[in-house]
Amino acid sequence: MFSDPRHLPGPGPVALIMLEEARSGELFVNLAATLARVAASFTLAMSLGSALGYLMGRSRLADKILDPWLVVLLNLPALVVIVLAYIWAGLTEAAAIGAVALNKLPGAVVVAREGARALDPTLDEMALVFRLPLKTRLRHIVLPQLAPYLAAATRSGLSLVWKIVLIVELLGRSNGVGFKINLAFQLFDVRLLLAYALPFVAIMLGVETLVVQPLERHVSRWRSDAA
Amino acid sequence: MLLDVAIASKDYLSANGRSQRALSDLRLTLKRGEAGAVVGPSGCGKTTLLRIVAGLDRDFAGSVALPDHGRLGMVFQEPRLLPWRNVAGNIHIAAPQASRAEIEALLEALGLVGHAAHFPRQLSLGLARRAALARALAIKPDLLLLDEPLVSLDAALALELRDLLARLIDETHVTTLIVTHDLAEAIALADKIFILSPRPARVAAVLDIATPRRRMTPEAAEALTQEARAAIAVLRE
Repeated sequence: MFSDPRHLPGPGPVALIMLEEARSGELFVNLAATLARVAASFTLAMSLGSALGYLMGRSRLADKILDPWLVVLLNLPALVVIVLAYIWAGLTEAAAIGAVALNKLPGAVVVAREGARALDPTLDEMALVFRLPLKTRLRHIVLPQLAPYLAAATRSGLSLVWKIVLIVELLGRSNGVGFKINLAFQLFDVRLLLAYALPFVAIMLGVETLVVQPLERHVSRWRSDAA
Repeated sequence: MLLDVAIASKDYLSANGRSQRALSDLRLTLKRGEAGAVVGPSGCGKTTLLRIVAGLDRDFAGSVALPDHGRLGMVFQEPRLLPWRNVAGNIHIAAPQASRAEIEALLEALGLVGHAAHFPRQLSLGLARRAALARALAIKPDLLLLDEPLVSLDAALALELRDLLARLIDETHVTTLIVTHDLAEAIALADKIFILSPRPARVAAVLDIATPRRRMTPEAAEALTQEARAAIAVLRE
């Protein structure tokens, strides 16, 4: 069946469609819409997830109260969360971003909690004796120790988030890569599907190599710097 | 009185779940500018005492009186520097109010000038401990706490750091409480030596060292050592 160009078009026809979509501006509008949703829901999930995970890693009571919810959320299918969000909050941007964030949240919580549990108690004691203010402790003692965990959460998170954003767009938005893919599905147009999917994968690859990796190298430079 | 420690009792749970008394009726005081050394055998509760004074252990009966808003500088047995910050950064984070000139003077006094930009992993234990000492002094502490400052250093290095510490304590007049198992170290560094009894620890004897440290002759040190040994021998009977 792959010999049929309708099922697997060559690079030429795909590039042609891509060019067409770019010329009309459609490609950029939809890529930008998806990218903005990825950024918003990723930021929301990571900041909330890190804070909750830190709290659960540090306080046994918080862990006890929140852990069952975490397990529920971890095992709730993405589709259920998305459909419920659209039914309860309407087909809105907030519902879309919230639903994606809610799918990424438990993963971020789990990783941040592991990081918080592994915090070095001897540095805590040092901070206590020297009466370091809370801001200094978070910035100079807690955050550097959590950095590798947060980097791992970022890496797995970005890829997860963009996949779910596409589903959210397919189900209830009128723009974005997911919306266009839905259109391509209805037309059985694999060229259009690839014309939108490939640039987005390229963008995410760029984010990984140009933003995530350099950032990771920067925060862990003290490890490799040793004599 | 700058420091007034009066511990009625301090218990801890041993591995078999039974409550054990670590400290009992322990009283010690230091005047401003005095250097005190707590001497006792390993495992007698010296570090427990220091942790109580530092405010790290509040589960005890009794009181620790320190000046209001008093600043504590502490040098732990392991240096406890932030591995992701260089030496200068470590000092600056603990003592943000210290000026660049003050930090440089401290690095100079501790022989760390060439190491300001080094990360803790690049330092030997001796250097890392000096960096921890610089950090503790940078906050201009009202009370300096030293937990076995010379332990696990080789003999020559220990002697060098001991003389450096003695000079710094003399020059800065910082009130200091040192915990050590080494009598010679205590005599070299302190004005007052508190000899602890075996568990449950209390202060069994206090030795005042009248002679200024720098002018102490080997004979005077020897006499002090004999006096301290006699006090310890009584405890063993």
